[in-house]
Amino acid sequence: MDQFLQHALNALILGGTYALLGIGLTLIFGIMRVVNFAHGELYAFGAYMMYLWVMVLGANFYLALPLAVLLGVALGAVIELVLLRRLRGADIDTTMLVMIGAWIALQNTEQLVWSGVAKSINAPFPSSPLVLGSVSVSWNRLFVFVVALTLIAATYAVINRTKLGMAMRATFQDRDTAALMGVEIGRIHTATFALGSGLAAAAGALLGPVFVVYPTMGDLASLKAFAIVILGGLGSIPGATIGGFILAFMEELGAGYVSSGYRDAMGFLLIIVILVLKPTGLFAQKERIG
Amino acid sequence: MKRGLAIAWLLFLASVPVWLDDLYVLHVLIITGIFIIAAMSLNLLLGYTGQLSLGHVAFFGIGAYTSSLTTLGFSVHLLPDWQVSADPRPVWLGMLLGTLVAGLAGWAIGKVSFKVRGAYFVIVTVSFAEVIRLVALNWVELTQGPMALNNIPYLRLGVPGLFEISFLRKPANYYLVLAVAILSYIVIRRLVHSRAGRAMIALRENEPLAASVGVDVTRYLVLATVVSAAMAGAAGTLYAHYVRIVDPDVFLFIYTVTMVIMVVTGGKGTLAGPVVGGLIFGLLPETLRTLEIRAETQWVIYGVLMVLVVYFLPEGIVPALRNWWKGRQQSPPNALAAPAGTEAAR
Repeated sequence: MDQFLQHALNALILGGTYALLGIGLTLIFGIMRVVNFAHGELYAFGAYMMYLWVMVLGANFYLALPLAVLLGVALGAVIELVLLRRLRGADIDTTMLVMIGAWIALQNTEQLVWSGVAKSINAPFPSSPLVLGSVSVSWNRLFVFVVALTLIAATYAVINRTKLGMAMRATFQDRDTAALMGVEIGRIHTATFALGSGLAAAAGALLGPVFVVYPTMGDLASLKAFAIVILGGLGSIPGATIGGFILAFMEELGAGYVSSGYRDAMGFLLIIVILVLKPTGLFAQKERIG
Repeated sequence: MKRGLAIAWLLFLASVPVWLDDLYVLHVLIITGIFIIAAMSLNLLLGYTGQLSLGHVAFFGIGAYTSSLTTLGFSVHLLPDWQVSADPRPVWLGMLLGTLVAGLAGWAIGKVSFKVRGAYFVIVTVSFAEVIRLVALNWVELTQGPMALNNIPYLRLGVPGLFEISFLRKPANYYLVLAVAILSYIVIRRLVHSRAGRAMIALRENEPLAASVGVDVTRYLVLATVVSAAMAGAAGTLYAHYVRIVDPDVFLFIYTVTMVIMVVTGGKGTLAGPVVGGLIFGLLPETLRTLEIRAETQWVIYGVLMVLVVYFLPEGIVPALRNWWKGRQQSPPNALAAPAGTEAAR
């Protein structure tokens, strides 16, 4: 029972960052109809920016975190303006191929710049864990969880409470009508891609110090984000949030009770099962957002 | 004219080992040929039925592993006290089984994943390939995991006591790959020009319309997947018995991406497209290597090329060349007769 509680706690903490990844991807798919294969590269980018600021330039950890996220937002905006702006209205396979190209180019640029050796980031947290009865959790992971929950709440606030969020929801429901009502679709697309990218970069910047940073770390992140989004239903933000936690639970239990080698297989098995049994995902109401 | 060109091409390809004495270049050609077979099989799905399968490398890997395990023999515990073993079998049987098992996997995957379309289909196929890769990595008793299957025997064909051809050396392997490639080309050509092929193209162009005139959607999509998967599996068996070492890295996503790049660049939905794209992206890495460019830079160039192709040659090289050639053949007589008319027609 104690072992189960520990697994559940680990899953809860990991689930926060998974949810960040999933929300970013689901926003981009829902509003732009782009299957973003470069999503994991933004995650890796966030982690490497954290490494750059903290380990190379010696900046303060708490200052480096928002900087890494903002750089992720900027990179997302650049990708949208340079690669996707011209393809608006193109079919889904075309944009997917462009994003696969971007993914390969970004990942190998990372490999060229940072070399293939895994890197670790020092975090300013006490090394002794916080012990709660029979379970324990490291301070670093607790920090990651709190920041992830704050970012999720902030994203909900942006989508549901701001004018930008209203325009995004309108674009999601009906792009043409939204455009007729005066929504500048181009700007909404840039904002969406930048926001989604920023969330992925935040997940990377948060998990980088917990694990290690390496150039191909984005591949699994991309595929896990896909699993989360499919689980929740493409385009559903609450679905992606809950999906992130469900995937984390399945991975923890799979690693704890089956075999740690199959930890990463859980997400893919989940995708296959969900798509066979309920292709619209668990929470999608005709692919709605908000 | 067209037939003559095809025969000239075949003679040229068949003569390569005679005048080429650089064995390394021959090796590159063999590997390129194997990838061209895989790309042709992907083209059947991507180009003719319009379904983007990003798990195609799974069939390649299943073919490679099935054939290797059949020829090496294995012994695994399916349950703690239930052991299944197999003795080593001849290579031709392994290659046949590898092709069959890959086709069977294609049937199963097709049945399951054609419940969904578009982005969902893409992600199911990716997931399937990743699950298979993780099984190959973790089921050490069967696959040796990351230690890889070593000393895979090479193909020997012949009648006992009379004669025997061994496919150990590179020229023999070159002819083997060439033969399988030509066979695959003919199979795809006959298939897409048949009634089934027309049904597939109809599905690509407009699935609801095709279904409304009585095309059995799932049946033709699954048929295309089975043929395509078996062909990719055959490419995998060729790879296994030529390279003679197979590890879980044969399932890496990047190989699927390479096949997709080959098909899209060459021209999806054309017979020659995967061959042209395969030759370019099979030989390009070697050209870049002689320029002493690092592997990462090479992949960056691949990624950028892929984006550029989608922007500037969305149909691929073969259709673009064909249009250019048609335009040249037709325009000279018209150009003098009625330049104003052609301008106005545009």
